[in-house]
Amino acid sequence: MIKKYDISGEDFSLAGEASSNFKSVLKRLGISTEIVRRVSIAMYEAEINTIIHGGGGECEAEIKSNAISVTFRDNGPGIANLELAMQEGYSTASEKIRELGFGAGMGLPNIKKYTDDMLIDTAPGKGTTLTLIINL
Amino acid sequence: MKVSELIKTLNLTVATEPNFEDRDVTGCYIGDLLSWVMGKAQSGDAWITIMNNINIVAVASLTDSACIILCEGVSADEAVINKANSEGIIILKSGETAYSLACQLSGEI
Ligand SMILES: Nc1ncnc2c1ncn2[C@@H]1O[C@H](COP(=O)(O)OP(=O)(O)OP(=O)(O)O)[C@@H](O)[C@H]1O
Ligand SMILES: [Mg+2]
Repeated sequence: MIKKYDISGEDFSLAGEASSNFKSVLKRLGISTEIVRRVSIAMYEAEINTIIHGGGGECEAEIKSNAISVTFRDNGPGIANLELAMQEGYSTASEKIRELGFGAGMGLPNIKKYTDDMLIDTAPGKGTTLTLIINL
Repeated sequence: MKVSELIKTLNLTVATEPNFEDRDVTGCYIGDLLSWVMGKAQSGDAWITIMNNINIVAVASLTDSACIILCEGVSADEAVINKANSEGIIILKSGETAYSLACQLSGEI
């Protein structure tokens, strides 16, 4: 089963829609609460990054027999130094974004913590594609 | 303790729908940086914060927090309250500091 979501880069009040929607899909399917929690937290972090850093994009979430795989794609600026971006506390978020409570530099580390695998394809000027995988 | 008992113990005001589902509060987490809270708050926690924008609803929902406690007299605007009501998130309010609230909870949960 595949679900697709558009992630608007403008409307902050819609931030988290994809994660919330997919969360209820997983719940309805009777997936365990622990897995649902891990998927939705990781998805939310990726969704917020797609909005605030990537300027919006798309999300494709797939439930396979042995894993849940979610891909976020944006055509934003890309990440120049991925190793640095993965470090806890590293953030390039603007002052305006920080006032909303984002920019702790914990998003990517959280995604890593809550998933079994995390793949990032990114380069400056090329945009960012992030896939998170949680085994069932 | 239940959310209703938490409200009495800490003398909180209910900002969202008063007929909420009275669930168990099994812990407490204090923080304002959303992705920090995302990574650390546990299911069933009462989340104490001064952050009051719309994104707190998603954070509370995704971490499965028992409720949000806005401290230090912070309040949430109507859009936040409406969103919380539609997602079944309880928002409570207090004029006290996070420290003071946590001290009163000590040994109670
Ligand atoms: N989709 C993206 N496009 C461009 N840059 C990104 C993207 N995702 C992450 N980054 C870069 O990686 C950094 C670290 O991301 P991370 O999610 O860990 O922290 P943050 O988003 O800055 O803050 P937080 O997630 O704690 O609110 C970001 O500040 C940004 O520079
Ligand atoms: Mg982030």
